[in-house]
Parts: sequence; structure tokens; C-alpha cells
Amino acid sequence: MSRGITGFGAYIPQARLQRAVIAEAHAWFDASLKSLGRGQRSMCNWDEDTITMGVEAAADCLAGFDSFAPESLYFASTTFPFLDRQNSVVLAEALDLPRQILAMDVSASQRAATSALLALLQGERAGMVVASEHRRAKAGSRAEMLWGDAAAAVATGGGPVLAEFVGGESLATDFVDHYRGGEFDYDWEERWIRDEGYLKIVPEAVNRLLEKCGAGAEDIAHFILPTDQARTPPAVAKRLGIDPGAIVDNQAATVGVAGAAQPLLLLAKTLESANPGDLILLTAFGQGCDALLFRATEAIGGFKPAAGVSGALAASREETSYARFLAFNDLVERDIGKRGETDKQTYLSGYNRRRDLVTSFVGGKCRICGTVQIPREKYCVNPECNALDSQDSYSFAEKQGTVLTWTADRLTFDWSPPAYFGMVQFDGGGKLMMDFTEVREGTIDSGSRISVHFRVRQFDQQRGFRKYFWKARIIETT
Amino acid sequence: MAQGIKDKVVILGMGCSKFGERWDASPSDLMVEAFEECLGDAGIERGEIEAAWFGAGIDAFHVGASAMPMAIALRLNYIPVTKVENMCATGTEAFRGAVYAVASGACDIALALGVEKLKDTGYGGLPQRSRGVENDMYWPNLSAPGAFAQLATGYRARHRLNKQDLKRAMAHVSVKSHANGVKNPKAHLRREITEQQAIDAPYIAEPIGLFDCCGVSDGSACAIVTTPEIARSLGKQNLVSVKALQLAVSNGTESGHESWDGSYLKTTRIAARRAYDEAGVRKPAQEISMTEVHDCFSITELVTMEDLQLAEEGKGVTAVLDGEFDAEGKLPCQIDGGLKCFGHPIGASGLRMIYENYLQLQGRAGPRQLADPKLGLNHNLGGFPHQNICSISMIGHL
Repeated sequence: MSRGITGFGAYIPQARLQRAVIAEAHAWFDASLKSLGRGQRSMCNWDEDTITMGVEAAADCLAGFDSFAPESLYFASTTFPFLDRQNSVVLAEALDLPRQILAMDVSASQRAATSALLALLQGERAGMVVASEHRRAKAGSRAEMLWGDAAAAVATGGGPVLAEFVGGESLATDFVDHYRGGEFDYDWEERWIRDEGYLKIVPEAVNRLLEKCGAGAEDIAHFILPTDQARTPPAVAKRLGIDPGAIVDNQAATVGVAGAAQPLLLLAKTLESANPGDLILLTAFGQGCDALLFRATEAIGGFKPAAGVSGALAASREETSYARFLAFNDLVERDIGKRGETDKQTYLSGYNRRRDLVTSFVGGKCRICGTVQIPREKYCVNPECNALDSQDSYSFAEKQGTVLTWTADRLTFDWSPPAYFGMVQFDGGGKLMMDFTEVREGTIDSGSRISVHFRVRQFDQQRGFRKYFWKARIIETT
Repeated sequence: MAQGIKDKVVILGMGCSKFGERWDASPSDLMVEAFEECLGDAGIERGEIEAAWFGAGIDAFHVGASAMPMAIALRLNYIPVTKVENMCATGTEAFRGAVYAVASGACDIALALGVEKLKDTGYGGLPQRSRGVENDMYWPNLSAPGAFAQLATGYRARHRLNKQDLKRAMAHVSVKSHANGVKNPKAHLRREITEQQAIDAPYIAEPIGLFDCCGVSDGSACAIVTTPEIARSLGKQNLVSVKALQLAVSNGTESGHESWDGSYLKTTRIAARRAYDEAGVRKPAQEISMTEVHDCFSITELVTMEDLQLAEEGKGVTAVLDGEFDAEGKLPCQIDGGLKCFGHPIGASGLRMIYENYLQLQGRAGPRQLADPKLGLNHNLGGFPHQNICSISMIGHL
């Protein structure tokens, strides 16, 4: 039985920072940035991070299945919010996956996602690799303009697959094109990286793979080589003998290059449009190279993620405030006001009692009166019932609802004022006063329709912690 | 069958500090200011007070925990002092404790005092604070105006009003209270405003603008209560008695059950029905002479008048714009300026309202004196529209 890809999904933050505003801000210092001053890059909202984007991408993928229970969940990133608190477990609980799962973080390399994917495909288990990156670069750097934030997910298993795994190859070479030992990346000259790095290491891995699989470079229909160097993929393709038309665009001027998430993001994009029989060559470069070869099957057109890369690309809003980008990425020390000084500690024992609500967004449904409610308390909320311990778990994560009441609060502390929040009535029952996110002024009113999304609720800068919770996003205005 | 509190307890004396930004006054100073006036009005000595109830809403922030700050500030004579806190209903809650103590016969003379020192935060508005281990995990980080803006949007949706009409009525609520505040020397805000000023003011939490918000003030108010017999034996005349004292506390139905749509205050409707029963009031709009309601925000006052059955449901906008609750209207509301202009030191507000009622009933309200008031209603709302505590007190001639 063949193994391969059974599903895919993606997420790109809605905000697309116009690169012209970055170039303009730094032209006094580095006029060469103007050459990159066209196009845009994705940027996380203040309440998005590697985990929240990962949840979105995974949910996008899972939405394409009738049912899928991954036995392994690999989470790949070089920008995890926690260095020691398994990020993949937060991801698993936000997805409300069963606890009997091998969850693992894979990090410290631009190959993190492809290495995880290789490991999964070479094993026996059905699983999912989620890759997500919230990239941070120094203000005024080229990276700031070329990089973007995004996430993608790929499900694997046996049986009827969308793309059969033909083979994989890995090379480990401590070629230090860049590294991150502190807060930001440090890199070496681009031309050297291209000539001594990409052009030597990638062909070595790919040629061995093609030979092993008995495939020819000219047969490759889609060639994925994640990089922020515009001229490198054509040079590598030429060296390998791959048709330049097969190169999958790195989206540097539309989304930005999404680091360790880039290979899966481009793979998800390719899978959306690949034809049966197409050979897809996925590579990733970083202290060596991973190369994976897939062949699209007849089932390729049958899988539909909730939005996919094309949906995520379309769901965009133009951001023209570079100051906001700097603030959201903690690149300036800003005055958040005295209201922001309030202690934001999370009481971990209290959090542990409420994980089902806070992370999984699970409420209750009363077995006696049928009332759906959130949060789930000991007594049923229905005043005609009030039964004790009568509620079964009831998930709200995929629910939609209607705004009953709302405001735009300009007094309370918020990382991006005004704070929008209000009372939401969920379809099928349940009501909750909750935060809204991604609100565009003038588009919210009582009656607006919402979906819910896992987001950062608060940063505890004093202790290096962050709280997450679910927020409502307007999907349809009255 | 419970008989209720009607006419069992009278007010022996009351006091109220000047409300406002009292940069020079500590919580103790504010308490003493109200207490001295109260003692003088009651005509008794400190040593005659047998028990006391002390209300402060945001205690840990200013006055400190427990009943001791009051016992120390007033040098009370080692009597039982009980600290109470029920958000904005705190002042009335302190009053309820003292009144119930006298009514029970456990003591003859009891004191209720509320105080709040809000202007030690370093910024405008109410203090930004934690809402506890549980709520901080998932509650929006709502401010008070943000919470009450929900009432405005819910009310507007329910009654299909346009934004402009509701905003104009909200503006009129504040214009009226500013006009009343001018005549009150103890009020925090003492200048008139126009409807247009209120409408044009910047949003604090849409649709609540600057002039839709009450004053954030320092202040204290207190009452000494006793039985009618003791009051008479002390030579008191023109006695003012307690007619009703009710409290309704949300149990989570509004916030979690779809039977509530966010357009009204469920607790106020429940507490009002109970208070009218207790006071024997059949037709509130005709029998009540004056009201002091919890106008933390203009929209709260407008909706509250409906919930108290003093305006027809859904017709609050018309009643307000027709001037029914203006000083010269048929049922004056906030004749002392209300929370809006007298100010809102949280723990003191319920007692401040009773203080105004009491002065009016005794004909001592000076330039803002109403003609022959007989029955006053005071209403507090602590918390948020979806989760709150409503207290109602009614006082009148014995």
C-alpha cells in the first residue's frame, strides 16, 4: 500500500504590510531597500503567533476530511513562543485531538518541516506535520521586507493518497549560511550562499534522490526550493536540468518567505493545482538539504481544505502602518500606558482546571434539558433546569454565531486599540461575552455573523508567558 | 410570611462629603468629613453607635481590607464593624446591614458608611484591575464604559432604533444631570453642557462618548439609623423611614442563557418588583416623587427607567427627550446631579443617593429643592449589564 499525502491546509495572516512603507521609513539609512519597495508581506496581528497560525492551518487541513485522527503530530518552527513547553501539545489541545497522540516539536532549522515530513512518511503512522513561522528581523533589514508570516499543514497516511511519496533523501552539512544565536539572524554574503551552498548542496541531494527513484529531472512538474534569494531557484533548476517553468514561486512579494513553514506552504499551494501524475519535488535547504519526491494521484482534485493557500491569499487586508508592524513585532519599546501595567499573570493551576474551555473551547450540553452552554459550570445554566453535573462536553471551535451586543472600547488596555468585544449567540445554543479580532471599523453591528479563532489573549511580559483564548471574527456584516 | 422592612427603621442623621478630585483628602479624611456631618445631624455622640457597616468597592486599592480602616478613622468604640463589598451596590449594601440590624432589635442605633478613593491611580477612569484567576483567562478586558456600551447596542437592536436617535436621548440624559449638578455645591462636576457637545464628544467605548460617562470621584457618605420610637424620644420630627430595601444578584442566566438578549437589566426588573411590593407601591410612576438611579452611563439611566416601570418598555428615548425626568419634569431623576455630576465614588454612591432623598424629603435641599416630595427611589447597579448586582432602596415620610 502506498503512503503519501492525504490532506493539506494553510493559513496566512490577513494583514499584508505594503513594502513601500518599510522602504520609505529606512531610505535615509539604506537607499537600496527601495529596490524591494513594491509588493507586500504578510504580518501577524498582535494576537497571532506561531501557535495560533498553526492551529488555523491544521484546522484548514482537517476541514477537508470526513474524519481523520492523526497518531503523530509534528509541529515545525524556528519561532516557537515557548522554548520549553511543548508547543505541539498546545496545538493538539486547541485542535481538541485525542490525548493518545505522539506530539513533537521540531525546530532549529529551515528544514524542520521537511525533516518531520520525511520521518512521518518513512514510518507507519498516520500523522500531520504543521509548520508555522512568525518571523522576526531587524528593522531596516532586507529580511524584514522579504520575509512573511504563515503556516501550513500536511496530513500523511496510507490508502488512497492525494500524492504518493516516491522517495526522500537527506544531507547533513554544517554550511552556515545563517544562524540565530541570539534574538536575530546573522548571515553571510548572498552570492557565497548561492554558489557554495544552494548550487552545490541541493543538486547533490536531488540527484541522489532522482537516481534512487529512477526519475529524470526533466520529468519534474513542480519544483519547490524555499529561499528569499530570487535568482537561486532558476540557477539550481538549470544546474539540475529542471524545466524553469516547474519552479514554484516563493511568493516573496505577495506573502513573504515564511521560513520553516515555507516548504509546506508551497507544497500546499502546489497540491491545490497539481494534475494526476505530476511529479512534485520538495526541497529545503539549511545545514544540508532535504529532498522529497511525490507523484500526484487521481485523487488529487478530490481534497478541499476549508480555504487553502488560495483562500488565505484572497482573505487579505492592506496594512500601511509600519509603526504598527514594529509594535506588533516588539521592535520598538512603546508606551502602553498605565492601564497596561496591570499584572497579567496566569495562575497555572487555575489554567489547568480550565484547559478544556480556554484551549479547546469546549463547553457543555445538558443531558436533561438539552441546553448548550459555555463555560460549563457545575449547575446547568437553564433557569428551568439548573441540574447538577448534567453536562456532556460540547465543542464550540467550529461554531458560527451572531453578534448580540458589541463595542469598540478605547479606554481599556489593549495591544491594538480599540478593543472590540461583545456578546455572541452561537448557532445551536450557547452564549458568551468574548473578544473580537480582525474587526474593520464600521463592519460590526448586532446581527453580524462570526466564526471563532484561537488567538493570543494576553502577554505576560514580566514572566515570558502568554495566554490564549478563542476570539470571534466577523464573517458577514448585517 | 415575611413582613418586609417598611417603616421599621428611620434615618436619624446623614452626612456626605464633597465629591470630586480630592487630591488633598485621604480615605480617612473623606470618611471623617461625612461622619462629622452625620453625627451633627443625628444629634448623638459617637459612643451611642452600637454597630457599623463599612462599604468600599475597590478596597485593596485604597482604603485597605477589612473593617479596620473605618473603625480607626472614626475612632469607633470597639463596636462590631462589618466590611461589605458588592461593587457599585456597596453603599446600599452597607445601609441594608445597618437597617436590618436595627430592625432585628439586635441594636438600637447603627451606622452605615461608604467611601471610595478613586483618584490615586495616576490615570483617568476607573482602575484597570484583575477580575480573578478564572475570569482573567477568558473574559474580555472590558472597561466599565465598554461593558455598558453593550447595553446600548443591545437596546438599539431590540427596539430597532437608529444610532442618532439613541445618541441624542443619551445626550439629553447627561445635559439634564449637568444642569442639576450646577445647583449642588457638593457635586464633582458643576457646569452645564449642551446636547451637541455631548453628541460630538469623542467615543470612549462606542456609542458611549465622554459626556455619557459619570464622574470618577473621591467621596464618602453615611447614615445613622434607629427605630421610630428612639428617634421620637430624641426629639426628632419629620421622620424619614425606610420603605423598601431590595437586592437582586445575577446568577449567570443573563450571561449564559439565551433567554436574555442584552437589551435590558434583568436584575433591576426583579428588584423593582420586590421593592414595590415591599413598599406597597402599586403605581410607581404616580407614587414615586423622585429617583436617583445608577447613571454610571447615560444609557444605563435610560434603560433603567424602563426597567423600573417608570417609562414604557421601548419608549425610554421618547420619555427622556420629552423631559419627563428633567428637574421640572413629572418624575425628576438625579436632581442632585446623579453619578454623572455629583460623582461616583463607588462605595459611597448608594448612600449619597439616600442622602439626597433624605434632604429632599426634609425640605433641606436648597436651590434644587423639589416641591413636596413624598417617596424617593434609589437604584444602584454593580458590575456589568450581563452580570450584575442591583440594589434598590426606597425612603419616605413615616
